[in-house]
Amino acid sequence: MLADKDRIFTNLYGFQDWGLKAAQQRGDWDDTKSLIARGQDSIIEEVKASGLRGRGGAGFPTGLKWSFMPKESKDGRPSFLVINADESEPGSCKDREIIRHDPHKLIEGALVAGFAMRARAAYVYIRGEYIREAETLQAAIDEAYDAGLIGKNASKSGYDFDVFLHRGAGAYICGEETAMIESLEGKKGQPRLKPPFPAGAGLYGCPTTVNNVESIAVVPTILRRGASWFASFGRENNKGTKLFQISGHVNKPCVVEEALSIPFSELIEKHCGGIRGGKDNLLAVIPGGSSVPLVPAEQIWDAPMDFDGLKDLGSGLGTAGVIVMDKSTDIVRAISRLSYFYKHESCGQCTPCREGTGWMWRMMERLRTGDAAIEEIDMLQQVTKQVEGHTICALGDAAAWPIQGLIRHFRPELERRIEEHNAKFAEAAE
Amino acid sequence: MPKVTVDGQEIEVPDGATVLQACELAGKEIPRFCYHERLSIAGNCRMCLVEVKPGPPKPQASCALPATEGQEIRTDSQMVKTAREGVMEFLLINHPLDCPICDQGGECDLQDQSITYGRGATRYEENKRAVTEKYMGPLIKTVMTRCIHCTRCVRFSEEIAGVDEIGALYRGEDMQITTYLEQAAEHELSANVIDLCPVGALTSRPYAFEARPWELKKTLSIDVSDAVGSNIRLDSRGREVMRALPRINDDVNEEWISDKARYQVDGLTKRRLDKVFMRKRGKLQPASWDEAFKAIAKAKPGKSIAAVAGDMVDCETMFAAKALLKACGSSLIEGRQTGMDYDVSNLAAVNFNSTFAGIEQADAILIVGSHVRWEAPLVNVRIRKAVKRGAKVFVVGPYWETTYPAEFLGEELGVLNKLPDAVAEAFKNAGKPAIILGGAALKGAHGKALALAHEFGAAFNVLHFSAARMGGLMLGFAQKGGMKDIAAAKPKVVLSLGADEMDFEPFADAIKVYIGHHGDKGAHAADIILPAASYAEKDGTYVNTEGRVQFAEKAVFAPGDAREDWTILRALADALGVNVGFDSFAELQAAMIAEVPALGEEGLADYGALPKADAKAKAEGTISAYPIKDFYLTNPIARASEVMQRCSAELLHGGDLAEAAE
Repeated sequence: MLADKDRIFTNLYGFQDWGLKAAQQRGDWDDTKSLIARGQDSIIEEVKASGLRGRGGAGFPTGLKWSFMPKESKDGRPSFLVINADESEPGSCKDREIIRHDPHKLIEGALVAGFAMRARAAYVYIRGEYIREAETLQAAIDEAYDAGLIGKNASKSGYDFDVFLHRGAGAYICGEETAMIESLEGKKGQPRLKPPFPAGAGLYGCPTTVNNVESIAVVPTILRRGASWFASFGRENNKGTKLFQISGHVNKPCVVEEALSIPFSELIEKHCGGIRGGKDNLLAVIPGGSSVPLVPAEQIWDAPMDFDGLKDLGSGLGTAGVIVMDKSTDIVRAISRLSYFYKHESCGQCTPCREGTGWMWRMMERLRTGDAAIEEIDMLQQVTKQVEGHTICALGDAAAWPIQGLIRHFRPELERRIEEHNAKFAEAAE
Repeated sequence: MPKVTVDGQEIEVPDGATVLQACELAGKEIPRFCYHERLSIAGNCRMCLVEVKPGPPKPQASCALPATEGQEIRTDSQMVKTAREGVMEFLLINHPLDCPICDQGGECDLQDQSITYGRGATRYEENKRAVTEKYMGPLIKTVMTRCIHCTRCVRFSEEIAGVDEIGALYRGEDMQITTYLEQAAEHELSANVIDLCPVGALTSRPYAFEARPWELKKTLSIDVSDAVGSNIRLDSRGREVMRALPRINDDVNEEWISDKARYQVDGLTKRRLDKVFMRKRGKLQPASWDEAFKAIAKAKPGKSIAAVAGDMVDCETMFAAKALLKACGSSLIEGRQTGMDYDVSNLAAVNFNSTFAGIEQADAILIVGSHVRWEAPLVNVRIRKAVKRGAKVFVVGPYWETTYPAEFLGEELGVLNKLPDAVAEAFKNAGKPAIILGGAALKGAHGKALALAHEFGAAFNVLHFSAARMGGLMLGFAQKGGMKDIAAAKPKVVLSLGADEMDFEPFADAIKVYIGHHGDKGAHAADIILPAASYAEKDGTYVNTEGRVQFAEKAVFAPGDAREDWTILRALADALGVNVGFDSFAELQAAMIAEVPALGEEGLADYGALPKADAKAKAEGTISAYPIKDFYLTNPIARASEVMQRCSAELLHGGDLAEAAE
């Protein structure tokens, strides 16, 4: 279990004030000038050495991502940092806790990260439904400006850096980095084609890096305590600490900071008070927010909760939004509800996702009641394959994976429902 | 020049080419819906997926992927086949498949590609999506249930037309393409989205349920509704022109045409002159050709005969008239029927010298007295392209709604005598400045504009509005004093070759012979009407405002007694007892080309260098209005067209009507 002294988010539960004074007492904004004085390359190297992988779901190495940004502007275009606070993935609620209880970690991280990638400003794109959180973050930004921590000559480092808060309007797809950029520009939130990648032409055509809130918020602490400290947690290639968000059928759902690679069993037993009704009552787990395939109980129990460990199980860490389902769950209905979510949130730009998500959801609804033929399970599997990997952004994949996971692990349940349903009708027909 | 391998065949592709273009160069067909050469890349239909190595192990959208050195592209692998089948299946699950009642049938990309790349049978058993109808105005018929959301129409409006009229609402499978607040699409190029639409979502409203494409005879023609000379294809069935479609010509109209060029064709069957008429006791009465010719001969015009060419006549008609008058001993020929009398001693000074393709390269443009959007919508498209590349545009004349940022310098032509600093600065710093002079400014500013062009080394362009203008000028249809000279000569007989905008008043004593095709202003004023052929009903040569000689073919026969114009003039020569020297269209053309060799060669005519500019020339006068009052009703065909009338009423005067109703 992660020792209290090793926690980055020391006010995760809001037991203390979120304001600047309290944050400074917790160690934020402590001599930020000297962090910046280390220089851009040194910061990026340190972050690379820490093994920090993006916390937004895809797990791309953060330091490497920053190093794609241009070292100098060839044509006078500024660079931008966009911070993704559009946390809309069902099962994820970590950014919310950071923003409402520890906003200064994010703002300080924005300054340091922005400086490292030579960005002129950071835009924080916050989910529209996070109304109180947006108020808190704006207040924190104002505090930071008033204290001279950001703005002109930020933290007396000689570097000018602005932080802007932008509120979304409640579209899941705007959490996709290029759709977020479109939305920030005032357009319809639809993902862009890549290439060009945002590091080449992003916000307003300028080099842009989009990072998750958590990825940015941990940076100052990594720099203060050193890359080796951060890298001492977790397995090779899965370093550091991470906020896990456990929801569903556990006795005490919670958001908790833990070392990566912690076994699932330990996470549940230590922090969540165990599965509701005991270990044997566990049915399945969606370990990384709604878009990753589910893992059945027997496979997940001893698995290490990190990027590679879950990938080996055919799932993924995603945002570490762990959705636990016990045996009282109608698993088909649960996945069908997720399919509805993706159908509802598809932007409609490209064909497979626009048409496929609706088709998949309708078929899932029929499978839920068993009103289908056995062959249709295979057809559904094929349809998910036709969507996966054929779309502009990853929403198509995210819509396909939960269904693929269901078919992989719960095909007998699907068949049972179909047979039951058809038998009932056969009886009635006689 | 990167080298790539397409299905094992190694080829070299130009820098900046996409994988799709590389495949096309290799002769492989790549199915596509959203991709269009002249629009930005959307990459949203996903139909053009191919397998590319190196790259992620999934199919890639070839339209958006740059071709790079050493790529291995496969268009024939199982992965590609499955991907295409998958995307096609998705496109079809919510498509109504109402092909038998869809006007796109037979020329539908979705139909064609589903046959080649589709699965053959549906697996979709849920209900199909239906979309509420949209209204896009009198030209575009919508059946949005058929829409496959390729967004070509959205991109056309934004990028080419330059108006934010069409966009997408909602998201996911509820996404709908519509106009802003469901208002009619109002710009002059709106109907091009019908051609762009790969399915039957946007079809032609006037042409709805009229014909199937395979029933139609296709004739290559030239549009005469303005002086751009858009290349069009006339689709006809029997004796009726059913529709006009653009042909691709990158030098002229790219692949667009104006709504007028497209939809005035229904006017070809309305208000037609299909009988000979003579004015008897003040009333026009049907008569015979014989009677009419005798009446003209009886007037014994001798050399007191004049010919005025209208805006839409072809060079052959004008040459035949010229030959007739020459045989009579007259040289009273004029084409500028509204009375303009600019100097035509050097045709380069009244030509669009930049060429349309060339004006795209201009970096500073001064428009003097031209409502370009109405006078030549396709030139406006080119100017918009130039602005997108960074050109600055200044306009002298009354305000009109540009589709690009432009600075209006007022209505006084005097502003040219001392250009505002910003304009002078822009022109001084420009590498390829250009001046465009419209008809409204030819009187007051021709000399000064030439001088300015000389001063700044700018390209000098005159933007005419009449399809017949440059051809007429090449054939000498210009008197020194213009129409005034003709009137002063008091001819006994005036031949009006489809000239409807001319003032007939000064010719009250003359016998006015109208040789034309529509019962419009000219016919009302005439004493004798000889029914002739419209542009669709005769072969002919046209010269557009940049001096481009183009040849149009005859699509249908003229109605009733109407004859091709040259045959009327040839018969009139016999009646008058003179010899014009040709008995067939080929002989006529040969004689014309012998006189003006440039008319014998399709392409840009060479008018030589610009005349020496008079540095002391001053511009004077005010442009109070542009010659075009109503874009949709500029010529007799358009005025006869119900579609154009409706466009005028609804799109230009719709606001007035709504106001009056309140």
